[in-house]
Amino acid sequence: MHLLVCGGTGCRASESSLIVESLKREIEEKGLSNEVQVITTGCFGFCEKGPVVKVMPDNTFYVHVKPEDAAVIVAEHVIKGRPVHRLLYVDPVSKEAVNDSKHMGFYRKQIRIALRNCGFINPENIDEYIARDGYAALGKCIGELTAADVIDIMKKSGLRGRGGAGFPTGLKWEIASKNKADQKYVVCNADEGDPGAFMDRSVLEGDPHSVLEAMAICGYATGASRGLIYIRAEYPLAIQRLKIAIDQARGYGLLGQNILGTSFSFDIELRYGAGAFVCGEETALIHSMEGQRGEPTNKPPFPAESGFLGLPTNVNNVETFANVPVIINKGWEWFSSIGTEKSKGTKVFALAGKINNVGLIEVPMGITLREIIFEIGGGIKNGKKFKAVQTGGPSGGCLTEEHLDTPIDFDNLVAAGSMMGSGGMIVMDEDDCMVSIAKFFLEFTVEESCGKCAPCRIGNKRLHELLTHITKGNGTMADLDRLRNMCNVIKDTSLCGLGQTSPNPVLSTMNNFWDEYVAHVTEKRCPAGQCRDLMKYSIIVDKCVGCTACARACPVNAITGERKEPHFIDQDKCIKCGACFEKCKFGAVLIN
Amino acid sequence: MEKIKSLADLRKIREEAREKLDLRVKGDNPEGLVQVKVAMATCGIASGAKPIMEFFVEELDKRGIAAVVTQTGCMGYCYAEPTVEVQLPGREPVVYGFVDRKRADEIIEKYIKNGELVEGIIPVNYEKID
Ligand SMILES: Cc1cc2nc3c(=O)[nH]c(=O)nc-3n(C[C@H](O)[C@H](O)[C@H](O)COP(=O)(O)O)c2cc1C
Ligand code: SF4
Ligand code: SF4
Ligand code: FES
Repeated sequence: MHLLVCGGTGCRASESSLIVESLKREIEEKGLSNEVQVITTGCFGFCEKGPVVKVMPDNTFYVHVKPEDAAVIVAEHVIKGRPVHRLLYVDPVSKEAVNDSKHMGFYRKQIRIALRNCGFINPENIDEYIARDGYAALGKCIGELTAADVIDIMKKSGLRGRGGAGFPTGLKWEIASKNKADQKYVVCNADEGDPGAFMDRSVLEGDPHSVLEAMAICGYATGASRGLIYIRAEYPLAIQRLKIAIDQARGYGLLGQNILGTSFSFDIELRYGAGAFVCGEETALIHSMEGQRGEPTNKPPFPAESGFLGLPTNVNNVETFANVPVIINKGWEWFSSIGTEKSKGTKVFALAGKINNVGLIEVPMGITLREIIFEIGGGIKNGKKFKAVQTGGPSGGCLTEEHLDTPIDFDNLVAAGSMMGSGGMIVMDEDDCMVSIAKFFLEFTVEESCGKCAPCRIGNKRLHELLTHITKGNGTMADLDRLRNMCNVIKDTSLCGLGQTSPNPVLSTMNNFWDEYVAHVTEKRCPAGQCRDLMKYSIIVDKCVGCTACARACPVNAITGERKEPHFIDQDKCIKCGACFEKCKFGAVLIN
Repeated sequence: MEKIKSLADLRKIREEAREKLDLRVKGDNPEGLVQVKVAMATCGIASGAKPIMEFFVEELDKRGIAAVVTQTGCMGYCYAEPTVEVQLPGREPVVYGFVDRKRADEIIEKYIKNGELVEGIIPVNYEKID
């Protein structure tokens, strides 16, 4: 028998290590050390109910366990085989205690659809993909369904694009299918430029065939015989696995001429990008593939009318494609039963920032931020306070405490002033300065703007300058007005999505954390204590014993004072390096 | 590689592939092999999954344990890389996180040889769809 005690950060914070000790002691006292083992595990994704203990092999799941419960768990469960009723998890709906955690599927907040094979199969072996129903969906489409049937299924499934904008996939395929041309293209957008996002890379590295299969299905539905994957050269492993996958699929005849003995032919090639964020925008991406400058052009015409080489082209994101074979295999009814009214299925998020369980998660649409951050994510690092989470990367905005219980889907995120984006989720705590965060994203957009249109090229640069001005303590209230106006002009007048969304991080932090902006300009104070230029180091006369440690540490000799006399920091010389603060053993250096 | 010429052929290959996979892990097969999967996406490799995979391959062989060691994609537990899934014949797979050589050695000696769980288990916290 094994007693699994959660040793994840959340549970450790509520003393799970004491539970381990008590359990071990009890077991030793009862002379059971040979039969029963106590094991510490990682997070169960159930931290709100922690500390948790799971008994194996009978799968009993105990919640809110205290060290003093160890005795009864051993005496009752281990020795007599009777679960301790009062510690069992109670189903919030049926109000019944759950004995076997196998029946607690619902506590698992994640459903893996796009990631269904990631971490299960060997991505370099097509047989393993086929064993898990791989290429069955393609077989079904070309063997049993018409192109119109496939489009109909996709439309009814409610799948929306995972690349950012959330455009209905079935509708996109329908438009491409209706445009007549001798040659059409299917393009997979694997540019993934959003800083902090890596779900597309993970899908390609873990399950490349799902994307190949979906592209072929899309080719069948839209009438295209050629597929292109636009992937950044910075993803060498994903590229290597894609190449192997394409070779193996060709070897089996699942790509190429007359697939599965039908008249349908489809093949896929790779195209490499140099890693410019703007090349993720579909028109820029197409220009880049054509060998032209990676700059966007006006839409319409949309790629579905005039895309690669002027021919009808259907562009979808990696994760969007990864959902397709499952929808065909399991039916649109199944898929559309997951999620919210207007956003079906799941979304993969890359959880990063000040969160305990950094990683890749796939959650049903409609889950709340609270569930993602405090249960799956294991809460905020070092027990700090949650402040905000940035979704949608440099095009998105931040969500705050008040949004913790909002069900997450495409439309609710937009209503809350952010957006789904590609799925980066950067969690921030009380130590993060929101003005600096906005500045950080602006830095990125300034670097990545292609420079084609003035509002984005010049406007974002000006925004960044103003923000720098503010974080240095030189801003005024008038600057805040100017900042907001400029944001609105850039949004309204930029040519492509990059410029149209780049002011979002500024606007949303202004809307949600106005006080912080005001503190920076009126009080010249950074409430989070992050803006170096606004920090002031001083010495508390009463606490200083005159040990001279700080004076010796100061690199610019800003600190003066006699031995055994209170010291003094010359503000004009101080460069705010913090060396004195770290050196002082008497807590006499004050940061403000 | 022989080309697959029809849907029926594809189904046949699927059944064969499934049998091959099942054989490895099915409990009713006393000859079942131990299966070790190492998460080898960029995140895993960056945290040292490659030498861990080599360690399993070499050591299992040296210690005379019949096992299949394969690579797989990201399991999602990036905070706990390198991660390794071990499935003993007839048992549910167990995922171990933060696997260094010491833990890999423990996994072989305790879990694979005797079925005793060792520290570092990462509980599966998602639903599978099949
Ligand atoms: C600046 C900018 C960057 C973009 N980057 C990406 C990207 O990296 N990956 C992606 O799939 N879509 C990206 N998009 C969205 C694409 O233009 C396009 O909408 C998407 O690939 C369509 O696929 P979907 O309908 O499956 O989401 C970006 C858009 C803009 C404006
Ligand atoms: S908005 Fe920015 S990125 Fe887009 S076309 Fe204009 S300059 Fe280029
Ligand atoms: S290190 Fe602290 S106690 Fe020593 S002189 Fe500086 S402020 Fe005073
Ligand atoms: S459930 Fe224990 S730390 Fe998350």
